[in-house]
Amino acid sequence: MSATETQETTLQKGFIGQSVPRKEDSRLVQGQGVFFDDVKRHNMGYLHFVRSPYAHARITSIDVSAALELPGVYGTLTGDEVALQTDPFFQIAAPPGGHVKDYALAVGRARYLGEPVVAVVAESRERARDAAELVMVDYEPLDVIVDARKALDDDAPLLHEEAGTNMSYTGLWEWGDVDEAFAGADHVVRISELHFDRFNSTPLELDGALVEFNRGTGQWTMTTNNQLPGFAVIMMAPAMRVGIDKLRMVTQDIGGGFGNKITSHPQLVACCLLARKLNRPIQWTEWRTEFHQSMSHGNERWFHDVEVAVTADGELTGLRCKALDDAGAYLRYEPLGGVIWSQVVPGLYGWRNISVEFTQVMTNKAPVSPNRGYSRMQQLWLTERVIDIVAAELGFDPVEIRKRNYIKAEQMPYETPNGCVYDSGDYARCLDIALDLVGHDSLEARRADAASRGKLLGFGIGSTLDSGTNNFGQSQLLNPDLQFSGNNEVATVKLDIFGEVVVTLGTTPQGQGHETTAAQVVAGILGCDVDAVTVRAGHDTYWNSHAGFSGTYASQFAVTGLGAVKGAAEMLAGQMKTLASWVLGCEVDDIELADGFARIKDNPEAALPFMALGAIPNANNAGFPEDPPTMNCRFVYRPPFQVPDKERKFGNLTLTYATQIHACLVEVDPETGAYEIVDYAAVDDCGTRINPKIVEGQVMGATAHGIGAAIWETFAYDDEGNLLTPNFYDYHVPHVMDMPPLKTAAIESPSPFTPLGAKGMGEGGGGAIHCICSAVQDALRSGGHDVFVHDSHNPYHRVWEMLRNPGPARANVEVKSR
Amino acid sequence: MTVAATPTATSVVSLEINGEAVELEVPSSRLLVHLIRDDLDLTGTHIGCDTGNCGACTVHVDGVPVKSCMMLAVQAQGTRITTVEGLAPDGELTPLQQAFSAAHALQCGYCTPGMLMSASALLEQNQSPSEEEIKVALQGNICRCTGYWNIVEAVQEAAKGGAA
Repeated sequence: MSATETQETTLQKGFIGQSVPRKEDSRLVQGQGVFFDDVKRHNMGYLHFVRSPYAHARITSIDVSAALELPGVYGTLTGDEVALQTDPFFQIAAPPGGHVKDYALAVGRARYLGEPVVAVVAESRERARDAAELVMVDYEPLDVIVDARKALDDDAPLLHEEAGTNMSYTGLWEWGDVDEAFAGADHVVRISELHFDRFNSTPLELDGALVEFNRGTGQWTMTTNNQLPGFAVIMMAPAMRVGIDKLRMVTQDIGGGFGNKITSHPQLVACCLLARKLNRPIQWTEWRTEFHQSMSHGNERWFHDVEVAVTADGELTGLRCKALDDAGAYLRYEPLGGVIWSQVVPGLYGWRNISVEFTQVMTNKAPVSPNRGYSRMQQLWLTERVIDIVAAELGFDPVEIRKRNYIKAEQMPYETPNGCVYDSGDYARCLDIALDLVGHDSLEARRADAASRGKLLGFGIGSTLDSGTNNFGQSQLLNPDLQFSGNNEVATVKLDIFGEVVVTLGTTPQGQGHETTAAQVVAGILGCDVDAVTVRAGHDTYWNSHAGFSGTYASQFAVTGLGAVKGAAEMLAGQMKTLASWVLGCEVDDIELADGFARIKDNPEAALPFMALGAIPNANNAGFPEDPPTMNCRFVYRPPFQVPDKERKFGNLTLTYATQIHACLVEVDPETGAYEIVDYAAVDDCGTRINPKIVEGQVMGATAHGIGAAIWETFAYDDEGNLLTPNFYDYHVPHVMDMPPLKTAAIESPSPFTPLGAKGMGEGGGGAIHCICSAVQDALRSGGHDVFVHDSHNPYHRVWEMLRNPGPARANVEVKSR
Repeated sequence: MTVAATPTATSVVSLEINGEAVELEVPSSRLLVHLIRDDLDLTGTHIGCDTGNCGACTVHVDGVPVKSCMMLAVQAQGTRITTVEGLAPDGELTPLQQAFSAAHALQCGYCTPGMLMSASALLEQNQSPSEEEIKVALQGNICRCTGYWNIVEAVQEAAKGGAA
């Protein structure tokens, strides 16, 4: 089923470019990984949250007495206690969103179904859950707003009275001369409404932590799976009225993250308060239903009044629209989604005149937070929908109109209308490979074959970008008062007493193979085997190998993480050569590191093993005329960013842009709307690949997530704000039987801006979503159905509705030509 | 007053796990997976859902793959259980475990123990499964990282190498 056709790379630099086996695998296939829930402490108490059964309700009273009387119950925490002991979390938003008050537990009012209201701690998981049922909470239900399109109506219920509006952010983003582009257009294609659906990538391991409080030092240790510890402690420490030094974050193995484990800081604060209150370690592991109801939904987004200026020969010259983003009930990482999309404003296309009126609102649904492809895939989906609708409506071939408008390889590095710099890439070449893999040249024959079986065959393309290595200065485009900019990551490489090479990272990998790729880079620089390099698993504040933005998110490890690793390894290599030159009595430049030795290039017999070099500074350092090098090298990688221009909303927001071009064929049953992907290709270009097998694995995973989101996965709410898909029964993630055949390929356009020519990758830009929407539309139109796909999520019943009632989909698009 | 107000009764459970006999007293409401993870500290068996959908908790009960979150601990009385820790007790990886690594069939590794238990149960019954048979055997195990392609390939490779 998996016909993998990856083009061989010609790059060979040390171990870079080789698919060496993963160092992580041995422990993980034996069940010897250490995930947070595996860690136990004496006398720990298990935490269970009492959650709001209403999407919006005033909390009129809470009575925990019956729960406390249950034997084995250690204690409780309520919103009133939280409000006394903590301050509201710092808000990223400027007013009005900046006025939102958000605490670890609901204070006075619950704003989404599943919001934690009370925490109960008991001697066992079962007892904590039983006791939670004994907590009596009286609610006074309030009106509910679930439809973002109505959130700003005068009669819409208000979530946060302090904000005075349900709007968390609004701003006009405009570059070029949009009016002139439309005035000069031969065609203007107008799309009334497009909808990007709410889902998330649902990592299999749920959120949680083991939290200990040290009364002597006033410090908490959180063994957790939070994937962005740098952000978590920035949110937590001020709220808890302590310094950041009081918060120690520890991770080892994390069971998938996909961005969904960035915003667990409210729950971690509740654990911290209870660890202090009850004087015992607190163990909190979320249940699946709790995750679905309360954590980290992806950004749902509407696009209204989309207008596209097109020339007679199919050049896209202008785009304007209104974007309406649904943040859910609280702004836990938002409104950053309100700027992140602008990393990829034009998608892969060359249009220069763009205007987006972006507004974000709050609704009585779970708070959103980053999800694989965060905020960019919504924008990229828009550009791909636009181009397919334009092609269909004006009669252009979907391949040719893309090639006509793709930014060309020879234009790289390419500055977009808003000042982002696409570093490298060859989109047309990737598309050609994808077309070849799905047999595009025999498309008509395959249509005929499908028709003979009563099916409609559709061909689709998903062109997408994975922008990586954030410039956090983009946050100032939303809130000029914020003091964040740039980015950084840390690595420490040490040569220990017996010659051990030990690497310490600041990142929090969740399956991306950081231990392996870091070892590849270090081994290449130090001239030793990958097996001779130990990379510590996970993150620990005590290792002091982290910085403010440390974590694993936003497609950046190959740049920031490995940039830090490379820097530290090169520092260590320099120190090793210096020390060897002293001992061997030669010039530093005469020394080479190879085969696990420091040796004289022209006299390899004169060699020092790593063990000798490690022992001298650590344990045998007397008698040297000057201090021997430390052999313990910490390097901070900082990408070369400037603060963006806040007035023009202009500047380089990310360092790298990996490309993914997907192509697929679907067969639709016109009687039922059910469809099947019958061929699929994903072509990746992430610059220099450190480990092609790991890269391909990320491409596969991102593709699977996109397929799931396109067909099955949705967080659907009813009008009362009840989540209709709160578990894996109702929220269907792809199973092995669901997966289509997949072909992968890769080209390498090294980034000119990064230490290794590599680009961050892994998020995949939602390529499969764009691709499947494209193919479904093509299938229906090839069958004579005059419809346009207007939603990112197309379960079979939605396709059936388009077949049976094409009117709304048809009326959604109109063309004016001159 | 609800049922929850009554302290949960406890039961004594005796079973064999990875070749060792154990006997312990647990709350009658305890799930088998929590007995394995919390009481016996065999943390290779994982939990990914509340509803029996994900398969991360799959173990062998008397040789049959079972989702251990769908059984009460007391129901395992007298059974013989194998967990992922029992696949390669001396540390030498089985051909199936090796194939998972070679095919890059795992990323975060959280679903992997359950996948291995389902796949090893298949290979014990069927030494040369077809691709379809492999998919059927693994359809109760969710992986969110790999898209399954490399997992199926790993099981195929292990079968070719004579894994059981």
